[in-house]
Amino acid sequence: MVEDRRLGDAIAYVILSIGVLIVAFPVWLTFVASSWDNPTIINGQLPLYPGPYLFDNYYRILFVGTSGSTREPVASMMLNSFVMALAIALGKIVISVLSAYAVVYYRFPFRMTAFWIIFVTLMLPVEVRIFPTFKVVSDLNMLDTYQGLAVPLIASATGTLLFRQFFMTIPDELLEASRIDGAGPFRFFKDTVIPLSITTIAALFVIQFIYGWNQYLWPLLITTKDSMQTIVIGIRKMIVTSDALTEWPLAMATAMLAMLPPVFVVIVMQRLFVKGLVETEK
Amino acid sequence: MQKNAYFSGLTVPALLLLPQLAITLVFFYWPASQAVWQSFLLQDAFGISTDFVWFENYVTLFSKPGYYKAFVNTAIFSTFVCILSLSIALLFAVMADRQLRGAEVFTTLLIWPYAVAPAIAGVLWLFMFDPSLGMLARGLQSLGIAWNPRLDGNHAMALVILAATWKQISYNFLFFLAGLQSIPKSVIEAAVIDGARPMRRFWTIVFPLLSPTTFFLLVVNIVYVFFDTFGIIDTVTGGGPSGATETLVYKVYSDGKGGSDLGGSAAQSVILLIMVIAMTAVQFKFIERKVSY
Repeated sequence: MVEDRRLGDAIAYVILSIGVLIVAFPVWLTFVASSWDNPTIINGQLPLYPGPYLFDNYYRILFVGTSGSTREPVASMMLNSFVMALAIALGKIVISVLSAYAVVYYRFPFRMTAFWIIFVTLMLPVEVRIFPTFKVVSDLNMLDTYQGLAVPLIASATGTLLFRQFFMTIPDELLEASRIDGAGPFRFFKDTVIPLSITTIAALFVIQFIYGWNQYLWPLLITTKDSMQTIVIGIRKMIVTSDALTEWPLAMATAMLAMLPPVFVVIVMQRLFVKGLVETEK
Repeated sequence: MQKNAYFSGLTVPALLLLPQLAITLVFFYWPASQAVWQSFLLQDAFGISTDFVWFENYVTLFSKPGYYKAFVNTAIFSTFVCILSLSIALLFAVMADRQLRGAEVFTTLLIWPYAVAPAIAGVLWLFMFDPSLGMLARGLQSLGIAWNPRLDGNHAMALVILAATWKQISYNFLFFLAGLQSIPKSVIEAAVIDGARPMRRFWTIVFPLLSPTTFFLLVVNIVYVFFDTFGIIDTVTGGGPSGATETLVYKVYSDGKGGSDLGGSAAQSVILLIMVIAMTAVQFKFIERKVSY
């Protein structure tokens, strides 16, 4: 704006570059570790540049698995994570679009009661009620199933609030106009509300996909079979307290693979991601 | 708040609400009420009989030093993570808010750790600071620090704080940047004309105008430290050494695991539940005030 801009800009570049370094260094080190062999790492001789075992390590971890702790190949863990994240994201969108439509576009007794029943769940994460929820899921025979992984995490108010907020901004004239055209609630929903909500839906999808992919405690409790493990759980089982038994290059390759999909989503869909984040939280 | 144009009928809205209400009742209200109920029950050592004991579980809980320790741990952990991640993020956001060439690239490069799972962030930091093979741990040791988070509780706490802060900077950065960009440029230009230097401008104009964002982030960060850091603690320290990094949520999990102390674990859940509800209430009261400006 004014003054000695150049000095200020130079300082800003330096500070931002340091920030990027702080943010990126742990990940770079993980990438490097995933490209060397175990003895190099265990001896503490890990250099700062990638080594020759990159392809071998990733091939082995994706399709064969580690030799010790979890024998499951990571490709199948990634599939589990993907199914769970997708089910959570889509499930949340479907149930919350429907309930928000009912709350905003209908007048019926107990409308506000229904809204408050949903609203109260806003800030209470599954961690608080973890064991009773586990018991419900096990009584319903949903342990080690995709339903068990996804459905309990769908129960939250974020999406409903977001859609309610958005629907309130849709002008009433649109409903009146589509009424004149002879449209009922279903046609109005399908032809007007959903097309207008596409960006909001996409933004919520991005946020919820990341949320689902990164789940930890819940899948840790309710998956007992190795074949149902998600990748975030898989890596935890690869890291054994005794250093000598941990196959670090494979564990680090798994960490890279676990970060890849959500980070990719954030970078490629940055605008949707920012929109989703800012709007779901406010 | 209500639309002026709407549909009427009861069956259709009931059907539309049914999926969400059913899932919320089965997986939220039922387990939450079970937690409250269980917190009043005591099972004997063999799991044969269960008695209704009123507040005995709560009394036992508060008579154990371990629970106070978890409170203190949570307080230390949240204080450090909030202060560090908020101030570092604010610094980066102020820098990125200058109309720099390439500012968007920096923004992208700073926000992606949001997408890293807490448990994975824990693994990355564990690897760097592993006492025998970690690169940074060796650096510390060569400086003469007997770095060993497996034995030293303070080292373990420092490590989980670092990992949790690293993961949270991106989130705070995004919100601070959005907050800064919404401050009208004319206000700052007026201060420039009055001759206020950059530092003075920041503390007397920008920072006060940013306070709604800061307060909002403070609440979100506390909730983050309370719950989302479970994955970090579990992968980095497992609550150890000897409970030095056991937070309130982690204790709910470790006490209830294997069904050893379900009543005590449920009582802890209820206390946490009340704390979160209180925080939510404070936040909403605040938002209400903001709306009425």
